[in-house]
Amino acid sequence: MSSHYEAPIREPLVLGEKSYHDISVDVGAPVLGKANKSWWIVFTIALVAFLWGLGCIIYTISTGIGVWGLNKTIGWAWDITNFVWWVGIGHAGTLISAVLLLFRQKWRMAVNRSAEAMTIFAVVQAGLFPIIHMGRPWLAYWVLPIPNQFGSLWVNFNSPLLWDVFAISTYLSISLVFWWTGLLPDFAMIRDRTKSPFQKKIYGILSFGWSGRVKDWQRFEEVSLVLAGLATPLVLSVHTIVSFDFATSVVPGWHSTIFPPYFVAGAIFSGFAMVQTLLIIMRKVSNLENYITVLHIEYMNKVILLTGGIVTVAYITEYFIGWYSGIPYENYTYLSFGAATGPYWWAFWALITCNLIVPLSLWVKKLRRNIMWTFFVALVINIGMWFERFDIIVVDLSKDRLTSSWTMFQPTFVDIGTFMGTIGFFFVLFLLYARTFPVIAQAEVKTILKSSGESFKKLRAEHGDDASHVQTIEEYPADAGPSANVEGKHFKSVFDDSTEEDSEKNQVDFEQYRGKIDNLLSGIGTFDPAVHKQDDLKKISGVGPVMEQKLHQLGIFTFEQVSRMTDREYDLLDEIISEFPGRAKRDDWAGQALTLKNKN
Amino acid sequence: MAATKIHAIYTDDDLLMQAVKQTRAANYHISEVFTPFPVHGLDHAVGLAPTRIAITSFLYGLVGLSVAVAMMNFMMIHDWPQNIGGKPSFTYYQNMPAFIPIMFELTVFFAGHLMVITFYMRSKLWPFKKAENPDVRTTDDHFLMEVDADNHDVEKLTKFLYDTGASEISLIENEQDH
Repeated sequence: MSSHYEAPIREPLVLGEKSYHDISVDVGAPVLGKANKSWWIVFTIALVAFLWGLGCIIYTISTGIGVWGLNKTIGWAWDITNFVWWVGIGHAGTLISAVLLLFRQKWRMAVNRSAEAMTIFAVVQAGLFPIIHMGRPWLAYWVLPIPNQFGSLWVNFNSPLLWDVFAISTYLSISLVFWWTGLLPDFAMIRDRTKSPFQKKIYGILSFGWSGRVKDWQRFEEVSLVLAGLATPLVLSVHTIVSFDFATSVVPGWHSTIFPPYFVAGAIFSGFAMVQTLLIIMRKVSNLENYITVLHIEYMNKVILLTGGIVTVAYITEYFIGWYSGIPYENYTYLSFGAATGPYWWAFWALITCNLIVPLSLWVKKLRRNIMWTFFVALVINIGMWFERFDIIVVDLSKDRLTSSWTMFQPTFVDIGTFMGTIGFFFVLFLLYARTFPVIAQAEVKTILKSSGESFKKLRAEHGDDASHVQTIEEYPADAGPSANVEGKHFKSVFDDSTEEDSEKNQVDFEQYRGKIDNLLSGIGTFDPAVHKQDDLKKISGVGPVMEQKLHQLGIFTFEQVSRMTDREYDLLDEIISEFPGRAKRDDWAGQALTLKNKN
Repeated sequence: MAATKIHAIYTDDDLLMQAVKQTRAANYHISEVFTPFPVHGLDHAVGLAPTRIAITSFLYGLVGLSVAVAMMNFMMIHDWPQNIGGKPSFTYYQNMPAFIPIMFELTVFFAGHLMVITFYMRSKLWPFKKAENPDVRTTDDHFLMEVDADNHDVEKLTKFLYDTGASEISLIENEQDH
């Protein structure tokens, strides 16, 4: 049907011969399977880092902020650097899920779930820093506008720091419901596919009883669209407000009017770098290379190029204006000749190298599509964007208007430990997520399968744009068995060891015995490939490949079915397959199958 | 109340769309359709009215905006006016530029959360709610169409559904209303 048409020049977004069922299987696999060794190793490292950071946080809170390397001149350093860095990283998730939804970009569907997860986990890390920085985090509720014992002295709504409180909490909570609403159908898929009763219960609760009614889907799509419309200005507002923390001050280098757009671009820049870092690993570990393809990586690299370009222009503007203003104080801001040659020259050049020079390599298509190089560039950008915030905060403060108070910042082990701890915490959350959540929005990917799937694109290339996309139905076993057995691919393996002619000869005449087959199956139960697993019936002595094939044709696939056979079923079987009368009973197939079933 | 229904299962979205159109053209009543993913145009084909949830979101946004204005007007202008950095605090209007970020944030907060809560309530989605899809495969790759069989010849309807490409047809009797 032509409604699935997509220009052939567009590369496929889903590789391989995938059916809807394959998508469920591939997305469900990391959740339903067991964790491998590398997962445990990385998880342990992350957990150790997290616990170390937790120790540093407890030490800070119990002793006081004095344990950090702050001094009288530099009263903000790593804590706010880390805060802005983490908030910035969060922005890519919302950009992918909201802005790209409004632009109807199909490639977002494979990456939005993980990007949103990254957003939420990153904002959680970001939120920690202002709370720790309060010094007395148990009084954190003072930032809320609630009546209090000081004659109702309200919070200051003129302050960008309070705007931050509202912006970050709105951002976190809206991202969370956006994420969760999108997760409902995917949790439901896991709930309906898992065999473990425990998982069924848990995912039943998590999926909120999602049933997939047509009305639910209609509302779901509308809600997603409206949330995307709300989240788009929201994400722009969040980093705008974060930049106000600096831009509304009077510190040279901070009170810059280009901060809002420049911070937003920088946030998306660093966020996409983090998405690349995470997804390049995840697609490999969770075997999702067919869904998160090189094309996805290239698209994200293009966003990095664009936002990196905006950031570059902003840097040059800052540098130029600092010089052009002729104000001597401006010569000590983080983007100035003074900074490039001063004591923080290494921080200045780290910023320039990581954010300006290295990303330029992505203009080369070969490098943009090179996964290893992309991974390297993403790491470099992550570092560079951390330095950007460090430079803005520490370099600008280190040389203020009073020459006598010029100083440097020296982080203590607590500063470093807390930062490492949040990285550990972030990865702990992300790794747990990767094992328990459907990491790809499978319901959404299914909607683009026919337009952007490789096999469907091939189908159209070979048979014209009007080729039917209705899955070919191979009626098998005729119409005697349950229709869940229809899809040819489930049974391909059955015929692998016999040629076409053999199987022709071995065909059971269904029409003749139809009633009896139904009767037989009603006694032993039907096989449903969606919930049952096929057993190797050849393990039963007396069942060879030919007999197994015949049993399969009748719709018997599992030990469980065979084990339910009684005299009545043996007789029916003998009537249908007349070659070895009495054999099944003599060999006691039911008893054997019961033993084999219990062994499994 | 409809007591007899027929569940017809399809294995393809295009097939389902075609079947829905044929079933409606033949004047059978489709009481529900369960799909594993949003099938484009299905709501229209089934004959559902457009959802009004976006309108509720707009109204909730207005509520959020009003709450923000009322809150800051009370706290910053009337209850405890302060001179903060020389910003005028005599009227709300004069002090408003500083209040715009929070007016915006609260608008979004109310519009987003209340809309999602409305969606969950209207579609009956909440923790510990039991799923109601009649076949577990409808969250994977199967599409289920539920047709009212009251006042219809079941044999004829079954034959009709079979001809629309249904791969599995089952008669459901005395289904509980919910």
